[in-house]
Amino acid sequence: MSTIFGIPTPALYGQILIGLINGSFYAMLSLGLAVIFGLLRVINFAHGAQYMLGAFAAYLLLNWLGINYWLALVLAPLVVGAVAVVIERTMLSRLYGVDHLYGLLLTFGLALILEGAFRYWFGAAGQPYAAPSQLTGAVNLGFMFMPIYRGWVVIASLVVCIGTWLLIEKTRLGAYLRAATENATLVQAFGVNVPLLLTLTYGLGAALAALAGVLAAPIYQVSPLMGSNLIIIVFAVVVVGGMGSILGAIVTGYVLGVLEGLTKVFYPEASSIVIFVVMAIVLLVRPAGLFGREE
Amino acid sequence: MSNAPLLEVRGLNAWYGESHVLHGVDLDIREGETVTLLGRNGAGKTTTLRAIMGILRHREGVIRLRGKDLLSLPLHKVAQAGIGYVPEERGIFASLSVSENLMLPPTVSDGGMSVEEIYTLFPNLHERRSSQGTKLSGGEQQMLAIARVLRTGAKIILLDEPTEGLAPVIVQRIGDVLVALKKRGMTILLVEQNFRFAKKVADRFYLMEDGRMVNSFPGHELDARMDELHEVLGV
Repeated sequence: MSTIFGIPTPALYGQILIGLINGSFYAMLSLGLAVIFGLLRVINFAHGAQYMLGAFAAYLLLNWLGINYWLALVLAPLVVGAVAVVIERTMLSRLYGVDHLYGLLLTFGLALILEGAFRYWFGAAGQPYAAPSQLTGAVNLGFMFMPIYRGWVVIASLVVCIGTWLLIEKTRLGAYLRAATENATLVQAFGVNVPLLLTLTYGLGAALAALAGVLAAPIYQVSPLMGSNLIIIVFAVVVVGGMGSILGAIVTGYVLGVLEGLTKVFYPEASSIVIFVVMAIVLLVRPAGLFGREE
Repeated sequence: MSNAPLLEVRGLNAWYGESHVLHGVDLDIREGETVTLLGRNGAGKTTTLRAIMGILRHREGVIRLRGKDLLSLPLHKVAQAGIGYVPEERGIFASLSVSENLMLPPTVSDGGMSVEEIYTLFPNLHERRSSQGTKLSGGEQQMLAIARVLRTGAKIILLDEPTEGLAPVIVQRIGDVLVALKKRGMTILLVEQNFRFAKKVADRFYLMEDGRMVNSFPGHELDARMDELHEVLGV
């Protein structure tokens, strides 16, 4: 069996693939966080809970209504996005005039309530969610066997990230969003309905988290705490990429996912902290993050 | 009534936090007129524009555009009522290209300039349309800030010190642009410290001091009133 630095290559490729999968979720989640933080200046602690809601929405749609995975991919983000719109309109929008810390506290509280409620209803153990029959099995890539569902997740997350990036960088709506991120008052003085833009942005960010949740359901199981396990890492990814930087969030998400996977191969003891070590170094050397602008 | 003012401000009071900064400001601008606000730094000229736009929210009094009340409108509805705003700091967005900056303000009514007309008026902007907005020179950024509100079909534009910090040759260009806009029937409310520039375009002047309107006179009286102005403006 061939080896690299004494590591069997199948193990290496396997960990890189797992890194890519994790990175796909880091990228999708940190992307939503970055968009929300950029415009609303809210650190959305409910992001992990919204990811969990997406997974549960898929699970409940299947078990209660018999709605399959493919429809859930569309419906779950819509439902969670709509919930987020209501949260923004009724609660978050009241906090824009005060210190950013209040937005963080509100969303943190919401995350605790949502996770607590789901733990009460469904217990802490994970619920299985089967991958759709079209995506089961594995394919031989020549150098390794890849489960088809995992390949699908990597491709789907790339499409979602690139699509969101194009929406923000290349469309009129995206230009409003970028301009309002710089100077919301002036954009509103030009006649753009900025309060509506804020609402839609929060809804979009939450919908992205929910979409990631549906994609994650067949891989990680559906559990009330699946989001809180992930969200701390995702915050580290956002900080490394640069708060509010869209491209930074995407690239850093994949890179840190793979880095974590490689660490599992070469020095497993450090694998759970490597992302935070990178964060500490980046904060020391470039406090605005790798892709962030100094303010 | 044909000589009813396009923009009418009556007894406008405004506050920054606790501090009372505008004291009963009255102002009329008729359609097609160019009116200039003069006054020292801190006299309340920029504040008057910000209060009319609704950027400064703590206000009392009357602001009407074609008889329609603006005071009760949310900020984004003021522009939609037909006012274009060119802020003192120009407000060019760094994360947008020149053409994205130009296309940013939504159209508020028919009759705005087409993008082709704007690029004819400002050829530099056409050349640099794919550059980052803030990579332009100060003069080009000012032209972009003006150009951007011409596209929207606004009936009146509020221009805050468009010549500040610019080289004489650029000031000349901006003056030419304003004259061209006047010929097209644009109504302009201008805040300006540069007399010679303002004289070229203004039909009337208002003089502000300590948040109050202290005088107003037609443009052709500017020369005769120079001594009085020097006293009030301290220049």
